[in-house]
Formats: sequence, structure tokens, C-alpha cells
Amino acid sequence: MKLASVFATILLPACLASSLAYAGKADDVLNIAFSRELEHVDPYYNTAREGILLGAAVWDALLYRDPKTGTYVGNLATAWTWIDTTTLELTLRQGVKFHNGEAFDADDVVFTLNYVVDAKNGNKSQTNTNWIKSAEKVDSFKVRIHTNGPFPAALEYLAGPIIIQPNEYYTAVGQQGVATKPIGTGPYRMESVEPGKHFVLKRNPDYFAAAKPKATIETIDIRTVPDANTQMAELFNGEIDLVWGVPADQADKMAKMGKFQVVNAPTMRVGYLSLDAAGRTGAKNPMTDLRVRQAVNYAVNRQGIVDALMKGTSAVINSACSPVQFGCEQAVMTYAYDPAKAKALLAEAGYPNGFSLDFYAYRDRPLAEAMIGMLAEVGITAKLNYMQYSALREKRIKDGTPISFMTWGSNSISDVSAVTSAFFRMGGEDDARDPAVAALLEKGDGSVDADERKAAYSKALTTIADKAYWVPLWIYSSNYVMGADVSFTPTPDELIRFYDISWK
Amino acid sequence: MLKFIAMKLGLALLVALTVSFISFSLLYMAGDPAISMAGEGASAEVIAAVRQQYGFDRPLLVQYFDWLMRALSGDFGISYYFKTPVSAMVAERLPVTMTIGALGMGFALCLAIPTGVLAAAFPNTWVDRMALGIAVVGQAIPSFWFGLILIVIFSVNLGLVPASGTRSWTGYILPMIVLGYYATPAIMRLTRAGMLDVLSADYIRTARAKGLHWGSVLFKHALRNAIIPVVSLAAVQLGFMFGGSVVVESIFALHGAGFLAWESISRNDLPTMQALILIFSMFYIGFTLLADILNAWLDPRLRAG
Repeated sequence: MKLASVFATILLPACLASSLAYAGKADDVLNIAFSRELEHVDPYYNTAREGILLGAAVWDALLYRDPKTGTYVGNLATAWTWIDTTTLELTLRQGVKFHNGEAFDADDVVFTLNYVVDAKNGNKSQTNTNWIKSAEKVDSFKVRIHTNGPFPAALEYLAGPIIIQPNEYYTAVGQQGVATKPIGTGPYRMESVEPGKHFVLKRNPDYFAAAKPKATIETIDIRTVPDANTQMAELFNGEIDLVWGVPADQADKMAKMGKFQVVNAPTMRVGYLSLDAAGRTGAKNPMTDLRVRQAVNYAVNRQGIVDALMKGTSAVINSACSPVQFGCEQAVMTYAYDPAKAKALLAEAGYPNGFSLDFYAYRDRPLAEAMIGMLAEVGITAKLNYMQYSALREKRIKDGTPISFMTWGSNSISDVSAVTSAFFRMGGEDDARDPAVAALLEKGDGSVDADERKAAYSKALTTIADKAYWVPLWIYSSNYVMGADVSFTPTPDELIRFYDISWK
Repeated sequence: MLKFIAMKLGLALLVALTVSFISFSLLYMAGDPAISMAGEGASAEVIAAVRQQYGFDRPLLVQYFDWLMRALSGDFGISYYFKTPVSAMVAERLPVTMTIGALGMGFALCLAIPTGVLAAAFPNTWVDRMALGIAVVGQAIPSFWFGLILIVIFSVNLGLVPASGTRSWTGYILPMIVLGYYATPAIMRLTRAGMLDVLSADYIRTARAKGLHWGSVLFKHALRNAIIPVVSLAAVQLGFMFGGSVVVESIFALHGAGFLAWESISRNDLPTMQALILIFSMFYIGFTLLADILNAWLDPRLRAG
């Protein structure tokens, strides 16, 4: 009886639905695969890259950063000016409508900003919003944002992750309502949400298209397919048109087949080893010795790993940030691969026979194992502890780790404050706890003068390299594999703008 | 019989409660939910506020009973991550898992019992060897590899079934085979062993001496007696299958309860994990109970104990 009803509820609708699915250029449906389940479609309630993509498609931010020129243009706002160092006044666009017909005005902006800065509401991307103190309505189309101290990177955040919600709708349905039926102003509207599994976006024909273009493809159908091999199989079957983050070896094979377009593009994500210079795992921890940290820097053959395992447009970095970010000083101390020098430094530090320690990592196991092998060659026995990201992050905040292999994508924020300041301003994951570096970063984050900021960041990043607090490793690249009739050019911020995709 | 059932039922309830309490305590020991909920870059104050808001600062026992009371009335709370009611989410995902579990078990029984019977009927012949081969391969092949090979052959090369998803009923075929094949060896070997035992019994010789058709002796007389341990084993295995297979659900993008459990563990989503653990253990306990009762009905000697 039970089983029969299961069959009736699951299998019958599935049979009927089978004739509707599958598409491509002919039906104007772009099929996309997400690799993991997105927990909540509201960009403020997830920390996933997939969430940023939906955020840019369904909602709008006040400003827009042109991905080609890097300049800020108006989007939901038309003009903006700093009244003083902590007050930004914005004039809003008139005549914009949300997908449900609600008119956009100052109330929506004030509601959204005050809602996400209130700790009670549990916004999960605190780094994106914790510079905002409050928002205030001046008139129906003019708002003021008050910041916690001067914050020059404000425009970058207002052009990126800070999207505007409809105040009346949001108040009426709440977080739970938004989870299944989100409403924005963006070029796509969300047609249906099966939490974590399936999202269908439809082109918004009435999009105001001031900064972002109108979408061209009618439907974006996103399914979560966790297994990379299954994603490939679906590509072969023509049931997925675009995937990204494809491992290098698979991408090579796909490119050789000639049936697909394979594009490799750099991303903002950096990989690094964080060394416990502050001695949080014990004052006698070898990493507190500058010579040991330098030895670790010399011991890792970063170029070798990039060439052999990462390929594509991945590249070695020497500074604790992504080279495309504002303020990422490149003229810093570099540590070329030199195992002999590493051994000499270790001996000088009192470890002629090396030592052993725990090595923590949460992704890219082959890369972690390659580095562990290189450390072993200079006498450092590193034991791999491979954990889930959330568990490792918790451990790093609570107890610290002697050495961790981490990565950071900066939430696609093209400013050093999103990476160096996130890890060197005495925060939970700051393994250096260097007050001089923190003070310099504070100065850079808090100044409105671009040259002054650059100078402060340059000094901070030079110190970080000199003191070898990190081993900056590489920037990641991403392989995009798409069907032959998809026209899409990836950008270095790893943001797939659905409205920029069209058919050939 | 009624007394027997009541006793078993009481025991099952106790086991369910114990499992849920142990898992509740272990989950709280494993990680601090406040840190993961507060998100990236959260300050100590925000984390403390989350801890207070969700009541993580209360004693463990208080939190457990609070949860249990609400769970008993069907309210499993709101998922920390999906921000939707856990009961609705689980109700939406369990049918997928139950469907492939039931199909997989059906497949396993259809494959394992006939081959097991045949292997026992022709012991140490090529038939027996072939059955052994099927069992060994089923035990040895990892599910993820087997699943991918099936996808490559039947979906990519032959185009007969979809590679993933359940948009069409054909999407259930490959998961059924992978999950079912995994359960096949144990059932087959137990059937074979039971049959060998029974076939050497006197009444079988009598039945054959009477001139009964050989097939009818095998399946009607012998199998009925040999199947009793198989019922217990199949019930336990079905309990496992209803707990979801992370591997199978992830390869075929099925989004069932097993995959949901895996995702909630990696995200410290306590309410979802708690609900799933309770439901999975209920399945397991329920099926074991069912097997006990079924066996007691088949064999009156068991009722005495």
C-alpha cells in the first residue's frame, strides 16, 4: 500500500515530466550544473559561489563594476557622493520595478541594509556588510549610508554582493518565503526553486538594463549534479550546456574531442599556506622562528606543482593577495624553490634533523600531498589532517593550526581589503597576529585616498613577505566546458553572468 | 503472540530513544554549531549572539528534551542552512530514497534467490561457480565505479537511460541495479547455505522419492524452510537502504535522504541531522522488528523466547 503510493507520487509524475525536459539552443533553455547544493537562494544567507551567481542574475546592486574596464557605473543608484569620510549619499533610479510589480525606492535600500547589518537576522556574509553602520532615507529616491569609520572599498561592495531586496514583499514572507520564491529587480526572475536541487530562471523582459544588459537566453535551468564524472556524462548526452571547475586532466580530454568548447580562465581565488607564527599552537612551535618559516617557503616547489598538476592559466603568486586586486603589491620578497637553502635555514634554527608537525587541509588533496612530499625532502615530516572546510575553519578560529593549506576567493571583491585584511587584522584566522601589519592594513582600509591606501598595503604586504607569515602559493584557474553553440567569455572574477551568455 | 509483539515493540522504542540521545550528544561534541552558523568573518560577539539566540548555551539534557518533545509532535525545527522546515524537506526527499531502496531490494531478491537456489541445487558445478562469481564481483566492485561504468555504457554510449536525475522513470534503473547488486552477495550466499542444509534433510528425499517434480521440490518444499534467515537479512539490508546511499545518490544526482544527511553533516546542520538520524534508526528498528515478528510467525519455537 505504502509502496504503491510511493510509486504513484514519484514515478507517475516523473513519466509525464520526461517529455517536457531536455533542451538546448532549439528550446532556448541553457542547462547548467551546480556541483553542490546551494542552501538558500538569498545571497545574504549563503557563502557559496553559486549564490553569488544567482544574486547577480535575480537581483541588482546599487552600483555595477564593468568587468571589462573595472570602473563603477550606476545601477539601482544613478549618482553617489561622499558627504564626509563616513557618509555616502546615493541618488536612486526611478521607475524600476521588482519582479512582483513592487516599485523600487529608498525604502527598499534602507530596509535591506539595516536588515543585513542587524546581527539578529543572521546574515552569513558578515565580511561583506560589517563596514555598514546604518542606512537612512533622505527622500523617496535618495539615501545615505553611514559607515563604521572611513571605508573606501565601499563602492566595490555596493557593486557586488550587496543586492537590494523588496521591503514590502520581504517583510510579508520573511526569510522562509524568500527561500522558495525570491523576488528581485534583476535580468532574470526566479521561476521555481526546489531547495538545493533545481532552480529555473526566466528572462525578465521588462528589465531596466541600465548597467547590466537584458538577458538573451529565455530559460536557465540549473540542476545540482554533485559528481564531476556524472556532469561530464550529461555534457556528452547534451543535457548540460555549461559546467565549470572541471579538473585539468578531464578538460584536456574534452578539448581533444573537438565536440566542446573548453576555456581556461584565471580566478581571484588564491591558495596559501598559513604558518603559526604567533605560536597559538604552542610557544615552542617551530613556526614561530622566522628561519623555519622561510625554510618552508624555500622548500615548496610552487612552479613545479602549477606546471604538473594545475596547468591552464594558474600561476604562482608571491604576495598575500590576488594580483588583480587593488593594492596587491607585487614588488615583495620572493622565495624561489631551493631545498638546499631550506635545509641550511632549518639547521641554523636548531633543526638539523628536521621536525614533525600536523598539516591541515580541506581541498585539493593531491596538491596538499605534493607539498607534504616536498617538506619531507627538507626534513619536515608533516602529517596530513584532511577535514571539512567548516570544521577546519572552526579549529583555526578556536585553537589555531601549525600549518594549514587554505584558499580564498575574496567573494569576487577586487580589493586587497577582502583578502589580506581578512586574515591579518587580528581576526580569528590571523596566524601572524602582527600588530604592525594590522595597523598598516587598518590604515589602508580606512583611508579614502587611493595613493595613501596603496602605500599602506604595500608596506603591509612587504612585511608579510619578509616575515614569511604565509607561503603564498598560486592563483587558481577554472576550466569551463560548454556545448558548441554556447557563446560565453569567462571573466577573472569567476562570476558567470547568465545575462552575458547567448547562443552562437 | 501479542505479548511477544508488545515486548519487542517496547524494546524497539528504547533502542530508538537511546540512538537519538547518543547521536544528539555526539553531534554537539563534534562541532560548535554557532561558529558555522555565524558564517565567514563573524566577530566573537555575533557568534555569542547566535549561541544565545538558538539556545546552544543551555545544558545538553535540556536541549535534548526540548528537541525530543517537539520532534514527537512532528516538529523537527527549521534547517539552519536551508531555512525551511526540516520535516517538509525530509518528507520531500525520503520518497526518492525509499523508491530506489525498494527497487534495489527487489532487484537483489530477484537476482540473489534464484541464483542461490540453483547454486545449492548444483553444488560445486559450473552453475555454483558462476553464482559465486556474481557474488564476489558484487562484493568487490565499489559502487561509485560500477555506477560510472553503467552510466558510460547505458547512458553515454547506448543512450538508453538518462545519466542522472529522476525526470523520467528510466532514471531509476541504473541506481536500482547499483544499489541492488551491492546487496546481492550476502542474500545469495545465505540462500545457498540454507538450501544446502535443507536439501540434505530427510523430508526432501521423501518428497523426491514420491516422484514430485524436482522444481516443485526445490522452490515449494525446500525454499520455504531455507528462506527464514534470508528474511531477517533482507529486512536489515532494506533498513540500510532506506537510510540512503550517499554514493549512489551523489553519482546519479538523486537528492535523496542519504545525500541530504551527508550535506548536513558537512555543514553542521543539527536539526536536519537529528531528524534524519531518528528516522533512519526508526526504519532500521522497524524492519528488524518486522523480521522478528515474521520469523516468529513462521517458526513458533521463536515465540517462547
